[in-house]
Amino acid sequence: MSKKPTKRGTIVRAKSKKASPGAKTGGGRTRKSAISARASAKFAKTAPVKMIDVADLDDIAVGGAILGTGGGGDPYIGKLMAQQAIRKYGPVRMIDVAEIRDDDLVVPCAMMGAPTVMVEKIPQGDEILTAFRKLERFLGKKIGAILCAEAGGLNSTIPFVIGAMTGIPVIDGDGMGRAFPELQMVTFTLHGVSATPMVVVDDKGNSILLECIDNRWTERLARTATIEMGGSVLIALYPMTGAVAKKASVRGTLTLARRLGEILRESRAAHTDAIAAIQSKLNAATIFEGRVTDIARRTETGFARGDAKFVGVDDYRNHTYRIEFQNEFLIAERDGEPIVTTPDLITLLDADTGVPITTETLRFGLRIVAIAIPCAPQWRTRAGLALVGPNYFGYKVEYRPFRARA
Amino acid sequence: MIRIGIDVGGTNTDAVIMEGKRVVASVKATTSPDVTTGVREALAGALKQSGVAARSVDVVALGTTHFTNAVVQRRDLAPTAAVRLGLPATQALPPMVDWPPDLRDAIGGHAYFAHGGHEFDGRPITPLDPNELRKIARDIVKKKIRTIAISSVFSPVNTEVERQAGEIFAAEAPGAHITLSSDIGRIGLLERENAAIMNACLRDLSRVVMGAFRGALDQTGVTGRFFLTQNDGTLMDADFAERFPVLTFASGPTNSMRGAAFLSGVRDAIVIDVGGTTTDVGSLHKGFPRQATVAVEVGGVRTNFRMPDVFSIGLGGGSLVVEEKPGGKVTVGPRSVGYRLTMDALIFGGKTLTTSDIVVAAGRAKFGDRSKVAHLPPALIANTRARIMEMTHNAVERSRLSSEPLPVIVVGGGSVLIDSKIGDLDVVKPEHFACANAVGAAIAQVSGEVDRIYMLGKSSREEALADAKQKAADAAVAAGARTDSVTIVDVEDVPLAYIPGNATRIRVKAVGELAL
Repeated sequence: MSKKPTKRGTIVRAKSKKASPGAKTGGGRTRKSAISARASAKFAKTAPVKMIDVADLDDIAVGGAILGTGGGGDPYIGKLMAQQAIRKYGPVRMIDVAEIRDDDLVVPCAMMGAPTVMVEKIPQGDEILTAFRKLERFLGKKIGAILCAEAGGLNSTIPFVIGAMTGIPVIDGDGMGRAFPELQMVTFTLHGVSATPMVVVDDKGNSILLECIDNRWTERLARTATIEMGGSVLIALYPMTGAVAKKASVRGTLTLARRLGEILRESRAAHTDAIAAIQSKLNAATIFEGRVTDIARRTETGFARGDAKFVGVDDYRNHTYRIEFQNEFLIAERDGEPIVTTPDLITLLDADTGVPITTETLRFGLRIVAIAIPCAPQWRTRAGLALVGPNYFGYKVEYRPFRARA
Repeated sequence: MIRIGIDVGGTNTDAVIMEGKRVVASVKATTSPDVTTGVREALAGALKQSGVAARSVDVVALGTTHFTNAVVQRRDLAPTAAVRLGLPATQALPPMVDWPPDLRDAIGGHAYFAHGGHEFDGRPITPLDPNELRKIARDIVKKKIRTIAISSVFSPVNTEVERQAGEIFAAEAPGAHITLSSDIGRIGLLERENAAIMNACLRDLSRVVMGAFRGALDQTGVTGRFFLTQNDGTLMDADFAERFPVLTFASGPTNSMRGAAFLSGVRDAIVIDVGGTTTDVGSLHKGFPRQATVAVEVGGVRTNFRMPDVFSIGLGGGSLVVEEKPGGKVTVGPRSVGYRLTMDALIFGGKTLTTSDIVVAAGRAKFGDRSKVAHLPPALIANTRARIMEMTHNAVERSRLSSEPLPVIVVGGGSVLIDSKIGDLDVVKPEHFACANAVGAAIAQVSGEVDRIYMLGKSSREEALADAKQKAADAAVAAGARTDSVTIVDVEDVPLAYIPGNATRIRVKAVGELAL
């Protein structure tokens, strides 16, 4: 059942004494055990599990923003929600997809809509719990593991909110390995997983259960509902078995996000070059270093799209660059020639701080380092490129796999 | 027109008098614990130096760090109730959720949720419930809380429910200070709400401090109009400032950059403000500091203020100079003797080698006792000066927006450290460089801003932009600008990602000259 809005005029006093981020032992922990009883029993036996605590979320949020490739929304609100939940209920288990049983019910979750709306209209808090309960009731089965739909941007943090609330473990992986704008753009689609039954829940407690003929229809109907529901909703979708999740998910991406955040944090503390550290430890390469000389934004097809022009600096000073974006950075060109395209990741980092730059914060004069990270191999297949390749986004450019030097 | 600019810093209070575009006096005094004395001394000193009669002063513009420091040091903050309108939305993150616990405790951590708020497209989330608000008001009164901050979801799109709620609280809690978030901030509920709560908790202090400022003016016989500078470097009327003390946050760097632009006559430049411990570097674009893109924290609290994009390096007139081995590599800063320069530096008879000793030894500046540094080896002097220029050069390169050879304007008390071109860039050291802050305050303009989401289905982009520009211009005039002087200085138009339907966020800023 969806929780009714809290009593009118409820007093919520910030409890600083409750803020004990390191609390490993569960004194006063009140997990909502209806969902989690089985999960807890089962994972007590398994090999060393990673426990994701308050501080880990700081790193995951930063890394998630890097994997957001300019989009995916600022993870700040999602991070605070996850940290609140962890402080209240305890750390979240993060497990490898190999650890789940083939017949476990695995459910991805996410926020859908405009991140700009979410920073203003913060969720009610029980939306995903409601979505999970409705889906469990509809399917007649308990959820055994949570999957991240999108490791890029704010959705990197959402699984930990529900993970903490229910005690259900979060799988270290996702359905994109980055951020993409539409609901069908997940590796699950490539493996024939249906996005529905899907539950959409808003802040008021409204929920919609969708059953659609294909994932593009789900995208259309869910997007329309999202706008009617106020532009920011939480969703549970793509229910699948453990066996399917093992094949269909992009593995290790939440650890990757955490590691990226950690590298950035550590190199900042040590005053060393964050960008070099990211590249030396990851399969990434610099596309160029430059300054923004022009930005054009358009809205002709509804989605925020546009392009930015750059002049190269230092080793790249004899070239000009251009990046096309539609919510995320999708195509990088050097002197008019495409050099990196979607689905490979194009991420812009502030040259001074290594902080990721989004399409919304990109502005004239900013000095950036553009890096590329090869996409998940699943995207490089024909079906993968049909779903998220340059042609799908309307660019007359053929995909050429980007290979990092490392 | 005669204007006085005053900068009340943590250590010094500077005052300048300007006649038209000319600086006719500049004075430094020590900031006093009671505020009044320091301001009075600086004012009296400047009036005496210039020969200007107190009664002929038209405008006094004052920049202060007093309110920022109160939050940073957690002192003089009033217990405050934060009331958020938006139920059932937003309960996931209560007010002050991201505050440092000690600051939250300092103001009592009183947070309330109520119905109200709007969707991004202007539909109400839930209707306002006057009885619910009255109940909350009674609870607030019972707890003897005298300051209230009200924030409503998407209040930059529709301010109505915050106003209505404010009226209800004013009726139930007569005399309470009420701050509405829509009067202060932009889109971003937590950041706007944070600013509103900080503003509310500073209201008691602002009455006292503004009283002290007014007292200093009265005692010196200055009768001109009185303004404070806000974080974007523009002016607000003293009565308005008393109600919105939070808007004074971080006005310092903006004032110094604007002052640098004015004193040098250069509108596009890199500005470096060299103090005793740190050097602030930022860039000027058309006479205004470039704004920061990331969220700015004040006292550990995230805000979305209009702050200049300034960064600091640990280089100043009091920075420690350490030689690895005789004749070897030299480290400068980040440690500094700070305000103890006149006691600890070699030239003042102290025992610590500072950057000031080096420039005096090099004969580039005359202060203190040069004979006390006559023994310093030439290699050390040369290496240190090279290191100072290297640090400055790196900092300037980071702020540089293009390969164009923009000049570098050097201001601040520690400017003596910079004595040659920086890389390929010319250095400009304007007259009165040490008081650039106060000059920036004296010449400040008046602004108005709009930040909201427009639905381009309902109106065309041109109509939406025109509407936003008009609203920003009106806001500037309401803040005291002369109608015919108002110009639009900044337009930002960013479509909302991930929702089709042509919702676009438009932010416009207008500035104008003060109307007298």
